[in-house]
Amino acid sequence: MIKIDKELIEEHGINDQEYEFILSSLKREPTITELGIFSAMWSEHCSYKSSKTWLKKLPTKNNKVIQGPGENAGVIDLGDGDAAVFKMESHNHPSFIEPYQGAATGVGGIMRDVFTMGARPVALLNSIRFGDTDHPKTKHLLTGVVSGIGGYGNCMGVPTVGGEVEFNSCYNDNILVNAMCVGIAKIDKIFYSKASGIGNSVVYVGSKTGRDGIHGATMASAEFDDDSDEKRPTVQVGDPFAEKLLLEACLELMTMDIIIAIQDMGAAGLTSSAVEMASKGGVGINLNLDMVPCREKKMSAYEIMLSESQERMLMIIEPDKEQEAKAVFDKWGLDFATIGILTDTNHLVINHNDELKAEIRLDILESGAPSYDRPYKIIKESAFDESLVKETAESPINILKRLINSPNLCSRKWVWEQYDHMVMNDTILRPGGDAAIVRVHGTNKGLAISTDSTPRYCSADPVEGGKQAVAESWRNITSVGALPIAITDCMNFGNPEKEEIMGQFAGVVTGMIEACEILDYPVVSGNVSLYNETNGKGINPTPAIGGIGLIENLNHFSTPHLKRDNDTVLLVGKTDGYLGQSIYAKEILNIISGLPPKVNLKNEKKIGDTIRDLININKLDTVHDISDGGFLVALTEMSISGGIGVKIHLDEKDVSPKFLFGEDQGRYIISVPDELISDILRILELKNIFFQKIGKTSGTKIIINDSEEIEIKSLKKIHEDWFNEYLKG
Amino acid sequence: MRVSVIVFPGSNCDRDVAVSLKKFSNKSPLMIWHKETSLPDSDLIVLPGGFSYGDYLRCGSMAANSPIMKEVKKSAEKGSSILGICNGFQILTESGLLPGTLIRNQGLSFICKNTSLRVENDKSFFTHNYNKNEIVNIPIAHNEGNYFADENVIKDIEDKNLVAFRYCNKNGDINEETNPNGSLKNIAGIINEKGNVLGMMPHPERATDDITGLNDGEKFFTSIIESIK
Repeated sequence: MIKIDKELIEEHGINDQEYEFILSSLKREPTITELGIFSAMWSEHCSYKSSKTWLKKLPTKNNKVIQGPGENAGVIDLGDGDAAVFKMESHNHPSFIEPYQGAATGVGGIMRDVFTMGARPVALLNSIRFGDTDHPKTKHLLTGVVSGIGGYGNCMGVPTVGGEVEFNSCYNDNILVNAMCVGIAKIDKIFYSKASGIGNSVVYVGSKTGRDGIHGATMASAEFDDDSDEKRPTVQVGDPFAEKLLLEACLELMTMDIIIAIQDMGAAGLTSSAVEMASKGGVGINLNLDMVPCREKKMSAYEIMLSESQERMLMIIEPDKEQEAKAVFDKWGLDFATIGILTDTNHLVINHNDELKAEIRLDILESGAPSYDRPYKIIKESAFDESLVKETAESPINILKRLINSPNLCSRKWVWEQYDHMVMNDTILRPGGDAAIVRVHGTNKGLAISTDSTPRYCSADPVEGGKQAVAESWRNITSVGALPIAITDCMNFGNPEKEEIMGQFAGVVTGMIEACEILDYPVVSGNVSLYNETNGKGINPTPAIGGIGLIENLNHFSTPHLKRDNDTVLLVGKTDGYLGQSIYAKEILNIISGLPPKVNLKNEKKIGDTIRDLININKLDTVHDISDGGFLVALTEMSISGGIGVKIHLDEKDVSPKFLFGEDQGRYIISVPDELISDILRILELKNIFFQKIGKTSGTKIIINDSEEIEIKSLKKIHEDWFNEYLKG
Repeated sequence: MRVSVIVFPGSNCDRDVAVSLKKFSNKSPLMIWHKETSLPDSDLIVLPGGFSYGDYLRCGSMAANSPIMKEVKKSAEKGSSILGICNGFQILTESGLLPGTLIRNQGLSFICKNTSLRVENDKSFFTHNYNKNEIVNIPIAHNEGNYFADENVIKDIEDKNLVAFRYCNKNGDINEETNPNGSLKNIAGIINEKGNVLGMMPHPERATDDITGLNDGEKFFTSIIESIK
């Protein structure tokens, strides 16, 4: 017997108070297996102990939401009996230690969350953030993560259709890898994780259990230090081929009316799936670990319960249907083992080698889990000092060239060309636009999907930044003509035990709540990743928002690329020329202080709703929202992707960095042919929406006020060269 | 018209190619699981793209040795036409139905993008609806698509006009710049001497739908369907 001492308890991330609770609940010392189970279930990653008091304030419902947070993934109604099932999750710590496998298994894990609910995954997205481009680890981490994401998704045959990449020194020693998956299911064929039916079998399917990833959930809930490399053995190894077989086998079994409940074995492996499924159903569960298919010999109960080996699922089925179910898994060459039974004892009971290894009342694990109302302090930057913006002699075109060749504004083509973004043949709008569009197979409906966050805004003003992240997601979905429906969030923050970090969390959630409410854009699933710090320095608060919208009829949608000569280009929404926290301020002026731009949510909604209506009545096919880098960068992206130039005519006072590169929110650029311009102007005026005419599309150059010009071809080269140059060096 | 699509564990373009075949023939192909030991009589057998057997050992090599491939070879000998796309092309070279091999892309990474192809052979079962030297836009998505064979083999397939497609640019230029993966002579697809087996890395099934902006694969499928009739 392993002696449970203070050191061991500490190693398991359990504090004195929590241990006292364990002792008083069990009325004895825990076994080592039990200690491991408590440690995993009460880790920040599984228990949300620091975040749940805030998370439960988020809006989670609207008339399209079928399933909000609390299941493997969120579910929304797409009409005609179709549902979208989606979620985003972090795999930050493993990806820093072993970028390829960390990222790959992040993608694998999020796909399991989706197909465990009966949905076929149809789209993957991601949100990845790295340290400074000069940091010695950045290249290695970037190339490893990108090939890991591609390696898994490509093999699964699920297209990776979008994402975001950011470089910032705050991620130097703590990169972020957030993966999102969207699946499609029939509403009446959605599977849940609530176990039921005393006497029903607990069935294990998929790959065998090995010693990989033991205590991953606990690792993901601790700060890193310089010895983190030693944690490499706790990174799981992915096998996308096994997952592809598991996907097909599960979906095949799901057509047969056999599964009562199902959940993937993700963080904290068999422990969390068994505990969560039984707790949700209010039943007990007995497991015989002798029956678990193991890859390695002599694994202990502790190791089996805490392994995070990939590509495994736990199901509840009726005992007399076992043979029928097993036949399906035999066909796909996957393990199928009955490892336990549901009981009426409300206990988790674990036997191994004919010994009782654990016996814990489930309510102690679940509802007894600690919840902390941690003290917080919301800190904002002071107002942006406009006097720091000096007059510049540098020409706007020159500044533009520098900006679009900077790490955070250059083309991400190098990244997404490594992802199969077309497989399944339903990718209607590929990566590189505001949102990807994926057709619901066999229909004329489309899903618009994007991932967004602006962490520097959140750091400067958590509340405003939280609002902005949600608003930008909504705006991107709107830009392609879709009605935004709901979001999944992946909340990446530092150590919540510090007041100012908890303040960032509280502030961002507060801002998100306001935006979700006003934009009717609730949160239906998500994940929290805290302790993203290394040696005591936290990352920028990073709420990655994965948004989904619906295009009812794919005959009408819009894209950012310019399509015709002689269109009128309009800038919709008011431009004050606000440079606080802009990329211009950082890259060109080297100023990183000041408040971020304000988000006016009512205005945002009015403008966005109007733009979407115009797309849906077929009056608008070219729209791009303005975000990082401001107006001129957005217009340049439209020009480059369409291969058509623009003759810009501006008041002389507007030929200034403030107007051209300011990041005022709630703005779009639209391009309108002559025959529709009067209709468009009339509608914008009627709705009292501010707009200004910017110029006309024509030729192959961007020309500003007939004085400065540049060929789009050379802009395209500058825009696309950055990654190649960076990785060459 | 009898078309069979072989589904290996890890195939992932089986549905896509079945959708395209149905679109132009109005008939769904039979989906044949790799463990089947007999094949129904087929005018066309398709080996779809994907990662058969997880690409373990070497792309296409495990599939090439699977029981169903014995049947595919027999059918090929009897005159059925065989189409291998992407991983299917790799399986065809691994099983000896086509010469040469597909090695890792020169740039060492997976590439998914549109490519321009020049039609080299416009007389085949699979390509007769194209014109010679026609430039078509068909995407690629692979990590091991770099076609390699020894000099004699290359000379032989070129002399016999067995190259179906070559990578090029919009003007049809064939050179290093327009070669996405390092393939010898920019070879994107080849036909066997008998004319009934074609392997290609690009995905024609991804270019059959106007809404995606790509439809140059249509003539590929209509060629096949008309050949069968």
